[in-house]
Amino acid sequence: MMSFRQFAKHLVILVGLTALPILSNAGDLGPTPPKAKMNFSDNSKCVKPIADIRRNHMELLKHKRDETMREGVRTKDNSLVECIDCHVTPNKKGEYARFGEDEHFCSSCHNYAAVNVDCFDCHSDLPEDAAKILRSSNNPHNMTEGGKK
Amino acid sequence: MKKAVFKQIDGNSINYWMLLALLGSFALAAVGAHFYMEHGGHYVTGMNNQIVWGLPHVFAVFLIVAASGALNVASISSVFNKTAYKPLAPLSTLVAIALLSGGLMVLVLDLGRPDRLIVAMTVYNFKSIFAWNMIFYNGFFLIVGIYAWTMLQRNLNKYSRIAGFTAFIWRLALTTGTGSIFGFLVARQAYDAAIMGPMFVVMSFSFGLAIFLLIVMATYKWTDRPLGDATFNRLKNLLGVFVAGVLYFVVAQHLTNLYATEHHGVEAFILRDGGIYTQLFWYGQIIMGGLIPLALIYHPTTGKSRTAISIASILIVLGGLIQMYVIIIGGQAYPLELFPGKEVSSSFFDGVVNSYSPTLAEALLGIGGFAVTLFMVAFAVKIMKFLPESLADEAVDPHHSK
Amino acid sequence: MSNSNHTNTYRRKFLAQSAAVAGLAIAPGIILNQVAHAKSDADKASSANRWGMLIDTNKCNKGCTDCVTACKTENAWGAGETHSSEEQQAQWIRKVTITDKQTGHVQSLPLMCQHCETAPCVDVCPTGASMKREDGIVQVDKHICIGCRYCMMACPYKARSFIHEKLELQKPTAPRGIGTVESCNMCAHRVDKGQDPACVEACSNAQHGAMLFGDLKDANSAISIELKKHGGEQIRADLGLNTGVRYQGL
Repeated sequence: MMSFRQFAKHLVILVGLTALPILSNAGDLGPTPPKAKMNFSDNSKCVKPIADIRRNHMELLKHKRDETMREGVRTKDNSLVECIDCHVTPNKKGEYARFGEDEHFCSSCHNYAAVNVDCFDCHSDLPEDAAKILRSSNNPHNMTEGGKK
Repeated sequence: MKKAVFKQIDGNSINYWMLLALLGSFALAAVGAHFYMEHGGHYVTGMNNQIVWGLPHVFAVFLIVAASGALNVASISSVFNKTAYKPLAPLSTLVAIALLSGGLMVLVLDLGRPDRLIVAMTVYNFKSIFAWNMIFYNGFFLIVGIYAWTMLQRNLNKYSRIAGFTAFIWRLALTTGTGSIFGFLVARQAYDAAIMGPMFVVMSFSFGLAIFLLIVMATYKWTDRPLGDATFNRLKNLLGVFVAGVLYFVVAQHLTNLYATEHHGVEAFILRDGGIYTQLFWYGQIIMGGLIPLALIYHPTTGKSRTAISIASILIVLGGLIQMYVIIIGGQAYPLELFPGKEVSSSFFDGVVNSYSPTLAEALLGIGGFAVTLFMVAFAVKIMKFLPESLADEAVDPHHSK
Repeated sequence: MSNSNHTNTYRRKFLAQSAAVAGLAIAPGIILNQVAHAKSDADKASSANRWGMLIDTNKCNKGCTDCVTACKTENAWGAGETHSSEEQQAQWIRKVTITDKQTGHVQSLPLMCQHCETAPCVDVCPTGASMKREDGIVQVDKHICIGCRYCMMACPYKARSFIHEKLELQKPTAPRGIGTVESCNMCAHRVDKGQDPACVEACSNAQHGAMLFGDLKDANSAISIELKKHGGEQIRADLGLNTGVRYQGL
């Protein structure tokens, strides 16, 4: 049988260990995604209410992805490209964070929640106007837009 | 005839643990090779847009085909009611499951997106023979697993006949399906032949039995259990018939192709002008993997020698791997016939014989498939009663007289 | 947030774009022609259409690779694969030179996905990632592609490529990435907007006019009229795949 002393000692250790992650995260207010370029409309910040989009954006994107990819529907609602264009913004120096860095809109939450996404294996993590510049500077031999005159 | 007594192997010798450690490290090396290939992409391999299936597929298809063949002994005992094969039937199911596991591991770890395996398991395009095979492979685990159970648990013995029969039908479908992966490729000169299905069935008989025989011989030798001539001779004679069967199908395949002018190009490539593929075909597949084992099995002197038969079995396995290499890599190396009667050239390697140099990572991944298989077998016979204590003649053969 | 508000927002944006297209359409004749096969963004690709191409090999200039360059630019391939060997790099379209063994006659032609009606790549794909749209465009749904490469084994035209390394900075209209297979999709994103594929446009800009794009199911389309008048062959017609890309002068 465990003596009361031993029991108390174990209890203290247990409570200490449980509290550790809480203490170490003290002051952490959760992810801080960068601000979007603009409000979607006069009376809505995003295409859906914020709570809805936070919870369901993956379903919306998936539905849209199949419609566009397999059926050729090209409307802009719930399109990943539109999300990126509005949400992935440069910092004050004009630099863009890349997916994986905490400052990138998508990674700001996904890093925090440790949820991995495949999107950016195939899709650009930057708006096209920023990606275009990087493409041509990365690859001087690349045929960029309007290469043919 | 005494009822066979099944018993776990002791498996506490240094050698046993060394064997497990060795096999385990090869399996780990395969996993390492997989992460190396997946980390940055397949550019680290020798595979490319011309040779899209490489060494991993050679090993994977070989192991999957052999899995079905390893079930031979169980099938013969249950379906054809040959009591002499009964003692080895449980081991036969174990080896079959282990081979399929090894083969599928290699196949899956070579996918471009193995992380999406769940997609392959849940979304099926039923016109794809690949999708059918997904069902065949999963079903094989289930059916052969149940079959093994009916044999191992005494009060379920009465169901083992029906389970064995189901497994027999299923494995024929599985191997036909695997062969048809190639048989259904209309685009490629080297494939697109109905004979691929049945040829793969016979190949499975041969490769699977060779591996099974090797496992039986090694296990009984290392555990000092008796393995009588009656069982041994039966298995090795059967193996000889299967090796001859494979040779027959290879002859039939190439003769058919030689008759049709449109296939002359690819036939000349494999049989005469293909460099490494021609050499592998004649020296590796035909002579080393076919004729020499046949001679060893049926020669009056070597036919009695356990060592000679072990060598023959090893040669059959190597020859089988080479045959897969010639079929899979050789078939892709020969250029696609886009414009019959015309010479073709482009920036995308049209009209040229495609080259392939396998890398270490691919080889390790493939060999890892074998390691996983053997590890599973070695471990399972220690913890479960798969092996009869004795395969001595008087224990096996009802008509044996001393 | 009511739905109609969002719809209105989209409608405003859509109207603005339509105006831009209309503005352009007044200028060169080619674009006027294109608007004829436009669908609205919300419409699904329809089986009432079957998009196809007709390539006149006699008009195809042997040294010219404008169609290839235009495809690279449009879909951003051909430069980002820095680790891959030449044999491993993707090619969506290529110029092929063919020489008749008997006569020595040399021809040059662009070769890409032939958009078969009964496509072997679609048949063999285990997950249905290799797919054909209602309007006949054959493409890979990379979201569910597992990278097994069976479609590459099955394609008679060697039209497919596997991505052997990590990519970045893809075009919004041409996502492509590691471990998946890709090929020409007839510039589906352009076709959906009523434009010609980039290769066809480049060929016409180069004044060669060897490539004609249009609806094979519309008897009055330029491509149907030309096919009816002068015919068009399929590559590997023996396979009976009823390709959407046809050639003249083979």
